[in-house]
Amino acid sequence: MVQWSDSERKTIASVWSKINVDEIGPQTLARVLVVYPWTQRYFGAFGDLSCASAIMGNPKVSEHGKTVLKALEKAVKNVDDIKTTYAKLSQLHCEKLNVDPDNFKLLADCLSIVIATNFGPAFNPSVQSTWQKLLSVVVAALTSRYF
Amino acid sequence: MVEWTDAERTAILGLWGKLNIDEIGPQALSRCLIVYPWTQRYFATFGNLSSPAAIMGNPKVAAHGRTVMGGLERAIKNMDNVKNTYAALSVMHSEKLHVDPDNFRLLADCITVCAAMKFGQAGFNADVQEAWQKFLAVVVSALCRQYH
Repeated sequence: MVQWSDSERKTIASVWSKINVDEIGPQTLARVLVVYPWTQRYFGAFGDLSCASAIMGNPKVSEHGKTVLKALEKAVKNVDDIKTTYAKLSQLHCEKLNVDPDNFKLLADCLSIVIATNFGPAFNPSVQSTWQKLLSVVVAALTSRYF
Repeated sequence: MVEWTDAERTAILGLWGKLNIDEIGPQALSRCLIVYPWTQRYFATFGNLSSPAAIMGNPKVAAHGRTVMGGLERAIKNMDNVKNTYAALSVMHSEKLHVDPDNFRLLADCITVCAAMKFGQAGFNADVQEAWQKFLAVVVSALCRQYH
């Protein structure tokens, strides 16, 4: 089981409290689709993803970005049992959606970068360390049903 | 050979032109040592690395961070021949220093986070991030090249 120190728990709660899901979610998913264009293959039904501005302005991308970040809230609220929390979601992405599990890491990386752009110096190394620990646990949980 | 579009060259050079090596270098290396503490094993001679505050205040970390960013400048100036530019440095890290090549990627990620923090959403938008990460991926690949 993952061990969380009191300071890590505080940091995670603090970062999450400052995140605006409706803003950060769309920004993050849009970044993934722009920076790693091969991820677009999962979103064939989303319409125009032909360029960065099209992706940024695409309402379906925006909506799904919000959905993704709302799902992350489940981890923040269940830090002591993230694996079980994401068991069904992992199974869905593996068996039904056939999503390459490496994409979870790409999304996590983009989320960290978006948070860095929004928080500035407040996203100091200690905060980054804790935040990336959380995201790596989430990524592992989402990957757990694949193998 | 890596192909660079005019837009990519503009984005990379534009970002580099705004980076202060003396600021970003120490920040990025400090971040790497804090976020990925196993990387500290290569810097045993650097003195106190016992806490984030110690790392961020360590003059040897700061100096080496500047050196690293100075090394990155060589790639900026030789974008069409990054592989050869880093051949000797790759050999040194492989054969003499025995650095785990994955550490180059970790440091590149930390440089990206530092740039994102500094320039914000407008300055470090998705297009800039894409070009910048492509550039760093090429550098990392070049540094790993002599390992295999």
